[in-house]
Amino acid sequence: MSPEEKSSKEQELQKEGLLTIHSAKEAEQPFLYSVGRYGSRFLEEMQKNKRFVGVRCPKCGKVYVPPREVCGPCFVKMEEEVEVGPRATLDTFTIIRFPYIDPETGDLRPVPFGYGFFKIDGSDTLFQHYFPIDDESKIKIGLKFEPIWREERTGSVRDIEQFVLVEE
Amino acid sequence: MARRSAIVATGQTHHRSIRRDVNGQEIINEAVTRCLEDGDLTINDIDAVVIGNMDHFEGINYVDCWSVDGCGGFMKPTIKLTTGGTTGSTLAIAGHHLVASGAFEKVLVIGWEKNSESDTTGAINTAFCPIWDRPFFAGAIAGLSVTAQSYADRFGATPKDAARVAVRDRRHACLNPYAHLRKEVTIEEVLASPMLADPVCLLDMCPRTDGACAVVYAAEGLAEKMCPQPAWVHGVASRHMFSYVSDADFAGGSLFSMERAAQELYKKTGIKEPLKEIDVIEMYQPFSWAGLIWTEDMGLCKKGEGPKLVWDGVTDLGGELPINPSGGVVSTNCIGATGLIRAAEVALQIQGKAGERQVPDVNLAIATGFGGCLWTDMLAYGKNKPE
Amino acid sequence: MDKAAIIGIGMTKAAGRVKEANYAELVYPAVVAALEDAGITIEDIDNIVTTSNDFWDGRTISSMATGDVSGGYDRNVSCVEGDGAFGAFYGWCRALSGHYGTTLVTAYTKGSESVSPYITNAAFDPIYVRSLGLDMVSGCALQARRYMNRYNVSEEQCAVVSSKNHRNALNNPNAHLQLDLSVEDVMGSRMICEPMKLYDCSPVSDGAVAVVIANEEKTKKFGKKPAWIKGVSFCMDNYLLGDRDLAECAALEKAAKQAYAAAGISNPRKEIDVAEVYDAFSYQELMWTEGLGFCEKGEGGKLAESGATGKAGDMPVNPSGGLLPSHPVIAGGLIRIAEAVRQIRGEAGDMQVDKDVGTALAHGVNGVAGQSHCVWILGKE
Repeated sequence: MSPEEKSSKEQELQKEGLLTIHSAKEAEQPFLYSVGRYGSRFLEEMQKNKRFVGVRCPKCGKVYVPPREVCGPCFVKMEEEVEVGPRATLDTFTIIRFPYIDPETGDLRPVPFGYGFFKIDGSDTLFQHYFPIDDESKIKIGLKFEPIWREERTGSVRDIEQFVLVEE
Repeated sequence: MARRSAIVATGQTHHRSIRRDVNGQEIINEAVTRCLEDGDLTINDIDAVVIGNMDHFEGINYVDCWSVDGCGGFMKPTIKLTTGGTTGSTLAIAGHHLVASGAFEKVLVIGWEKNSESDTTGAINTAFCPIWDRPFFAGAIAGLSVTAQSYADRFGATPKDAARVAVRDRRHACLNPYAHLRKEVTIEEVLASPMLADPVCLLDMCPRTDGACAVVYAAEGLAEKMCPQPAWVHGVASRHMFSYVSDADFAGGSLFSMERAAQELYKKTGIKEPLKEIDVIEMYQPFSWAGLIWTEDMGLCKKGEGPKLVWDGVTDLGGELPINPSGGVVSTNCIGATGLIRAAEVALQIQGKAGERQVPDVNLAIATGFGGCLWTDMLAYGKNKPE
Repeated sequence: MDKAAIIGIGMTKAAGRVKEANYAELVYPAVVAALEDAGITIEDIDNIVTTSNDFWDGRTISSMATGDVSGGYDRNVSCVEGDGAFGAFYGWCRALSGHYGTTLVTAYTKGSESVSPYITNAAFDPIYVRSLGLDMVSGCALQARRYMNRYNVSEEQCAVVSSKNHRNALNNPNAHLQLDLSVEDVMGSRMICEPMKLYDCSPVSDGAVAVVIANEEKTKKFGKKPAWIKGVSFCMDNYLLGDRDLAECAALEKAAKQAYAAAGISNPRKEIDVAEVYDAFSYQELMWTEGLGFCEKGEGGKLAESGATGKAGDMPVNPSGGLLPSHPVIAGGLIRIAEAVRQIRGEAGDMQVDKDVGTALAHGVNGVAGQSHCVWILGKE
């Protein structure tokens, strides 16, 4: 529904005595999330050294990226830090074309954008990020990508601008 | 003593895009009233209330406490569960455990959602890890589209195959007075609808719905007296693995949690040939492609053969194993209620009360739930008491 | 219901902010401790109930964050959204429903990561009440005023509870705040929301707790030091504050009555040896001791003043300190259960009450101003 159609529908409903309460900025709930020990190492390496680290399970050998304390299937604590990447293979992807409200900003997320799950070389889990969609036909599962690092990095996944296709 | 339990009464609202005429408590009360009427009960007959929705859709904290006027939990034990999309099936499982354990004789289970009250995708995004997943995620649509992409890549399934599933469910929904979308669609219409996230189009995807559903579980000994045909719980299984969506193995698009839950459920219930032994399935199938992939993951056919099963008409009403005679989730998705609606619809099938969408001779039925981080719940209900 | 017991408990040290841990890293040590305490491994757990709150976590589907660290991978896992005592109730049912035998129940909150008045304001009705800006503190202050007016309860009597509980926490290595507060210290603290002063209010803490509940067969197999579950009940009152008689706790009375009946208790004051109750605010311990039948209506203040509820008294309440010094929100009620288990085992260290403990009571609350109460009775046999 367009904004015009929406507000005239609202007016109709109001005439029927069916009111609403709108809550937007009042509903804002600021959070200060703790990244945790393991995640902090990952962000720190991205920010300072433009490299990826994962953690290896001593029992099953699986390398987790982003790293976390516990291997879910084995239920053991992981300690061994492993460098992975810098390149990654595209495991799966989609192109988001519908607009929606981003809960982080309260504003509409600009679309379309490329959304991919990347298996960073050496890791056994996936890493989500953007990819450019200027030529959609080039994007295929199994192709190699590499990260484009931002000049100014703050210790967040946004320190990478996006992953781009490695064109051999 | 652990004992058997059964669903003896169900009620649901006529699901709609926007129920502006009722607030949350009122929509809950509609479903509860209908359910109690269905069971010829009053709220005084109920020993405990279990309720759920997905919090950030309505922005209400401690929903169990807030819901008293609607759920009838006044001066009763009331408890809330929420696991996102699986909420409804998680609730259905809880109702069973609360009765089977001996804690209560009659439990009212309620699932509800007023999806019109917020931005669905935005709210779903808050479910995911704020540090790794949320910056990129685009809700259920994104999470599901990537599985379709993987599946198509491995097995060559096409958007047309997926569209056939949507056509089936939307046709079934026309026979269900409670369904939200009650208009058939054609394959062409599905393929021509706006692309949301490749390869998923608008008509491949579930709608956003306001609705509520309630069921009553009763203990054996009582259930037989309360209705002529209780829907007996034969088994339940859940797999809520993965805390990060990127931990999933998307290769081939399979729903790992469903494979594991199905394996456990079949073992518990003694099902060896699901296609033959199950009479009807209400699958929490939030988009059309799942109707291809998850039939394989449930063991109804080999990997990659989902499209054949669907094109052969096996899963249509009238086929060997109808899936979603209610129209399923592609026709109605009031998220907190949806999993419970699957259980309610399966109960109606067993009770022979499913009207025009009735499948003949239902002995064993499965209801599934999906949601969260690619999680699955499964429940098996039967006409006869389990062993 | 069939017999079941709590066979393992584990918790983290609560703190104002556990900066180095995210939710998963907060819960994992509690789970490991509970398994170790029970003398089992994760393989012996056949199902899990996690307890958390979406608003406090800033994540809808809050159960997602701690699934892996609770052993949820490839196991049957569910959740309860509400105080941990209610989560444990569901865990108890699951251990007795015939499918499973050993349930792991976890509960946690990182209260430090949000702005708590916004979180608890969201519990108020969005149509009529929320925009008034009420939150847990002001909502409970309304109740405190109502109760104190009706029964002539003084601020000093509330302060006695606060001083007792803060001082009890000096013996509790897991408590967030360890303050040696006198009644004068409490009375002299700044007014937060009339009639409640700073030390009449619990803090908001980060913390996690886990327990293992096993049916009789599994308890016999694993349980080294079982605390048997004798009776559990919960009950929810009306929602809008004006729909209830805030000076009374009808829901608690009903839950207590049912739990006592199940446990075969007819004289709680005599038959309960120790109680861990949900005292988010000092007035609440007074109200709940009345609702639990430890004294007559309106006499909670006198009970506190008499010293009966002290560690050496005949009706010790909150020897761990309760919530007033340490309040990791959702973990609150489950920590009460864990502390009651410790008392039953005689393993509460410096918190152990003087009298012999054969029967202990634990209590959890959900909602604003004690809307919904869960009462647990645990026994040595």
